[in-house]
Order: sequence, then C-alpha cells, then structure tokens
Amino acid sequence: MSKVNNRSRNIGEFISEDEDDMLICRCEEITKGEIRKAVHEGMYTITEIRRYLRCGMGLCQGQTCARLVKGIVAKELGISPGNLEPATSRVPMRPVEMKILGNEQRGC
Amino acid sequence: MMKRYDLIIVGAGPSGLSAAIEAAKRGLSVIVFDENEKPGGQLFKQIHKFFGSKEHKAKIRGFKIGQELLEEADRAGVRVELNATVIGMYQEKEISVQMKEEIRHYKGDTIIIATGAAENMVTFDGWTLPGVIGAGAAQTLMNLHGVKPGQKIIMLGSGNVGLVVSFQLMQSGCEVVGLVDAAPKIGGYGVHAAKLARCGVPFYLSHTIIKAEGQDYVTGVVICEVDSSFKPILGTEKHIDADTICMAVGLSPMSQLLKMAGCEMEDNPKRGGQVPIIDEYGETSIPGVYAVGDVSGIEEASSAMIEGRMAGVCAADFLGFRNDKEEALTKLKKDLDVLRQGMFAPGNRGKVLKTTEEGFPVSYNLLQKGYIADGEVENYPGVTRKNGIHPVIECSQNIPCNPCQDACSKKCIKIGEKITSLPAINEEAECSGCGMCVASCSGQAIFLVNESYEEGYATVTLPYEFLPLPPKGERGFALDRSGKNCCKAEIVDVRLIAAFDQTVLLTMKVPVDMAMTARFFKANEKEGLFI
Amino acid sequence: MNRIKEHPILGVYEKSKTVKFIFDGKEMEGYEGEPIAVALKAAGVMIHRYTKKEHKPRGIFCAIGRCTDCVMIVDGRPNVRTCITPLTDGMKIQTQYGVSAKEGTV
Repeated sequence: MSKVNNRSRNIGEFISEDEDDMLICRCEEITKGEIRKAVHEGMYTITEIRRYLRCGMGLCQGQTCARLVKGIVAKELGISPGNLEPATSRVPMRPVEMKILGNEQRGC
Repeated sequence: MMKRYDLIIVGAGPSGLSAAIEAAKRGLSVIVFDENEKPGGQLFKQIHKFFGSKEHKAKIRGFKIGQELLEEADRAGVRVELNATVIGMYQEKEISVQMKEEIRHYKGDTIIIATGAAENMVTFDGWTLPGVIGAGAAQTLMNLHGVKPGQKIIMLGSGNVGLVVSFQLMQSGCEVVGLVDAAPKIGGYGVHAAKLARCGVPFYLSHTIIKAEGQDYVTGVVICEVDSSFKPILGTEKHIDADTICMAVGLSPMSQLLKMAGCEMEDNPKRGGQVPIIDEYGETSIPGVYAVGDVSGIEEASSAMIEGRMAGVCAADFLGFRNDKEEALTKLKKDLDVLRQGMFAPGNRGKVLKTTEEGFPVSYNLLQKGYIADGEVENYPGVTRKNGIHPVIECSQNIPCNPCQDACSKKCIKIGEKITSLPAINEEAECSGCGMCVASCSGQAIFLVNESYEEGYATVTLPYEFLPLPPKGERGFALDRSGKNCCKAEIVDVRLIAAFDQTVLLTMKVPVDMAMTARFFKANEKEGLFI
Repeated sequence: MNRIKEHPILGVYEKSKTVKFIFDGKEMEGYEGEPIAVALKAAGVMIHRYTKKEHKPRGIFCAIGRCTDCVMIVDGRPNVRTCITPLTDGMKIQTQYGVSAKEGTV
C-alpha cells in the first residue's frame, strides 16, 4: 500500500494512446484518456479519481464502470488491480432520492 | 424502536432463499430483502436443465427449481420483502432498507448476505451504442418478458453464460451470427458448445470485437484475431452484420455491503474479484455475518443453494436454536464437494488438461471449435457400435453429472459412484429405444442410433428444443457436429411425452454411412433453421 | 416485431391486458404491467435517450435497473429506469435529452 500511495514515485510521463477516446464511465461520459491523465496529475487512488473526474458518481454510482476504472488506474501505476485500495463503500449503495433519504421510519 | 429479526438475509436468489428455508425450519424469525420486483435472482431466467445428480436437482430446468424453492420458503414461513433495497449495512448487524418512499432500519442477530454478482464489461469502439447489451439483459428480455433482444446477435464470451445464453437466443427465434472469445479455447462446458456448433453457429476463438458499427444503433460488428497476448493482429479484421452485441465476459461479486460493515475482504481473481474472507461454511470475519452464493465467489446456482443452506444451519446454531449442526453440515458439505470436482472444478481453473480422469484424450477440437471431430468421437466410452437401436453418448469431459444413468431402466448406461466419470455403455444391456436418456441429458449429448433400420439407411434420434417442430415426413438435410450439411434426411418420428419435459425427440432417417456423423436436422428450402 | 409468439420451452407468455401509451407523441400499444422498455423493444425502438455531454444515443444495456442507460421521461419525470418501471394505461414516454425532454416535443 505504501508503494501505491508514494507520490514521489516516478510513473513516467503521460503518453497518449489510440484507445484514449474510449468511453469508460457511461453515465458521466469520461474517457480512458481522461482517467489516465488524472493519474499522472497525481490521483493515485480510486476515491481521488472518483472525486476528481466524477466517474462512479453518476446515476449508476459506479455499477458499470468501477472495475474498468480500477484496471486502467492500476495499469497506469504499474501495479496489479488487486493492490489498489478499492473505492470506499458508503451508504447509500444505490441512488436514492433526497426526499426518501429524509423519510426515515422505524422498522415495521 | 428498530424491528429486530433473528436472521436478516439480503438477496432472495437461490442462496438467500435456501438459507432462509434452513433457518426458518429451525425456528428462527427470518426476513429476506430483495431489491427486485420478483424473487429468485437469476434462477427464473434459466430455462435449461441443470447438471449434477438428483440431490442437486439434475435435469430439472432452472425456473422449475426456482418455483420449488419459493414454495418451500412459503411453507417454512419465510417472509420476503420485495422492492426493498438494502442501502447500507453497519456494525452491530444493523441495516437500512429503502422501501417505496421510505428508509427503514432493521437489526438482525445474524445476517446473511446473498447479493450475487454483477456483469463485467469489455470496451470497444461503439460499446455504448443501443444494441449492445449484457447477457443477463438478453435473458431477462427473452425468458421473463417474451421479447427478442434483436434479430442477428453476436455473443462475446464463451464461458457457460455465453454458451447457454446463445442457445436460449436461438430458442427465442434469434440468429446467433457468431460467438467470439479472445481466449484460444472455449471456457464453458463442451456439451454446451456442441449444441451450438451442430446448429451451425460459428465460433471465433482468439478473436475480439474491435468495433460496433452504426450511427444511432448497432448495424454490424468488426472482429479481428488476437495473438497470445490478446493484442489485435492487423489485417485480420472481419465484418459481420448484426443488430445486437451480447456481452458475457464474466461476473464480479457485489460485495460492497460486506465491506461497509467491516468484514475482512480480499481481492481474489479466482473467485471473481473483491470477496469477503470466509470459512468453509460462509462465516465472514464478523461472527454471525455470513456470505453465500456468487457474492462469496462466482460459481453456479447449484453450489449457491448448498452454501445458503449451510449458512442457514450455522446461523441457527450461532443463536442456539438447535444442535444438529454437525450432522446437517456434513451432508451439505459432501454435496457441495461433489459439485466442485471434475474438469471445471475451482481447483482446476487455468490448468491445461490433456486427458480425462480415466485417461481418455481430451478433445482439442471441442475446446477450439466447439465440436468433437469425427475421428475422435469413438475414443469415448459412451460411443459404441451395435446392431439395432442403442444410445450414443458424446460426453467427453469430466463434469459432475449423472441423470443419464438413472434415466435408463434397462441399465444401459453406467457412471458409478464418482459422478464426474464419463458415462459408459453397458454392452450386455438391451436398449428399448425409449429415449429417456436422450431427454434426460442436460447437455443434449445423447443420441439413439440404429444402423439396422432399413437396407442402406440408419436412424438418428436427437433432442430438439426449437420451434417450429419439423413434422413427421418432413424432408431436409442432416448437419454434422460442425453444422455442415452432410446428407439428405427425412423425419420418421417426432415424440414428446411429459417425462421428456419439453425436450422433443426427433428421429431422422439418413444413409447408413452417416449414422455416426449426422447430428442435427434442417428442413428444406428455408433461410435459416427456423421460420 | 420482436415479440415471441410461442417459446419451445416456456410456451405462450402470460400477459395482462393491452394498454395504449404515447411515445414521443406517437400512440403505441403494450401490455399492462410489463416494463416500459419491453414494450418499446417489442415495437422496435432502440434509442431511449441522448447523453448530456456528447449527445450520444443510449438504449437498454443491463435490463435490470442497474446501469441507468435506459432512463427516459415518464409522465414528466426524468431519469425513470424504463427496464424496471411497469407500463400503465395512457402513460406518456419521452426520449430524454440530457436530463430533460427536447424543447417543443410532446
């Protein structure tokens, strides 16, 4: 883990690739190139990428793109996806309208 | 004032319901939450016959197993809340659930997470176009709602999901124009691939999709060959007309709730990704919290149901409800171990096997093209020659499965104690031609062959699960295992009895020298196989 | 055009009564209670919405309410997942552009 978050580690320059135009986050329309660039701009964890780019923050809450984003970030960092700290799992697990979140009942 | 239950289960799929049944039978108050409108998870979308043995509900169709499970849950007094999304799980076994326009809180003395898995994605140019769907979506549309996803489908992925869903697409009346996989060999059962190959579905192994064509929706696809590091080989691009691209590229456990609650997790590619660390009965690092089914590791519905039952037993024991845990678990563990044997066992994943357990050569043609080559088929103990009618079992991989043995009242078929063994023909026994073996084989790999039917002619009886049914007397062509026309054929019998469970037995008359080649029927003068 | 008349294993599908609904001003028919996306798919509709940033077409993807690609404007409400929302008589369905209906559409 310390290897991953070591920001002084040199991961090389951002070199554009053919596939950079590929859409990865379908909800927020974020491309592979944007994710790869973000890593070179200093976003080394999934949580940071998510907050920086909004991938995983759209309507589907990362249901579709999470695994793909993980693979891209890991590759850019030169580590295996298993070594990347996974995104924080936080309530709510599915998109919930604010008025519902505010309507708490006590079991039944 | 929070509502409290002995056991809260998240997910009313096969593992969740099985867990609920075992716990409720032992006297626990159980509630199951499921975010979907209907219970049963993926089980109701499975219209094929399951493998395994009688204990595992072999030769019963998935949706029927689902119905039986629901009835059992009902009888045991299990409460299932549908349209109820568990949006959070906290420490101290508390959960919050979204139901309609409210959030409610519940507390369980034990919790079982049975949330299953979500489909993986593969990206290619145009993958967001309308017409690109997941394999689960195809099943939902066809099997639950009676609507074809499209007319011409290309399937990406040759694991069991890709193979089974491709066959289901054909049963719904779609044309499967190809099955593509970057791997050099087929990932799922050979018999599932063989069902497709003999209908003429082309397999494109060591290929990948590089582009979905179309402006507003899919109109075609471009595939190309890949090398051993899965890199596209320039110059090998092929265009195929299609209106639907179906992705069956693996599943990932939906384990976020467990992570949220503080269970110890691991990233295990062999189990599908982020999974909780569990003991052999499903208990996580938090005592009283269990994970069962695909969420704890991608396997199958049969294993999911047993895992569910084990956790239900353990939860009951954890709360002191009964003390028959040892006895119940021993039997369940044994049933589960039986399923985890054979060529596709979790332990064998990634291994290249050259022979079966008994020493028969593994068919590489089957692995690479989807069908056993003509010269190879007689290597297997289920394939023999005889005068008069007899079964020909083209089963060449060790899979835990034995309904064929039980189906034959004349004892023509032998598998034995170890149910992964390849079925062998008992040469002493006399086949009555009843066809029960043909209908009972979940892999549709058994045929009845009679090389003494008439002077110069043989008959081949095959399992047929398509519409329209060719009527008796219909003339056409027989296709060989690779789906190529091999000779003229005429239907001489069409049989369906209740015991065949919707598998029609077609008997076609072919020239006698084609008896060991002809394996499918296509009527004359029709564009595809089906109207 | 896409409805399966008879399935070799499942037979004839149980459906409730036929209802009328409006899609982008056009009158169509479907079965009461089936997911809106199913009725649209049966009629051959492929595009459910256009994305906010790049204005690209999207349709059914996961069909189980997870991916949110099939969302449309239903009776004036945007972001409704049509693959899990049941069709009712007289429902008004509109193609979603970004997060709203296109100006001037019915």
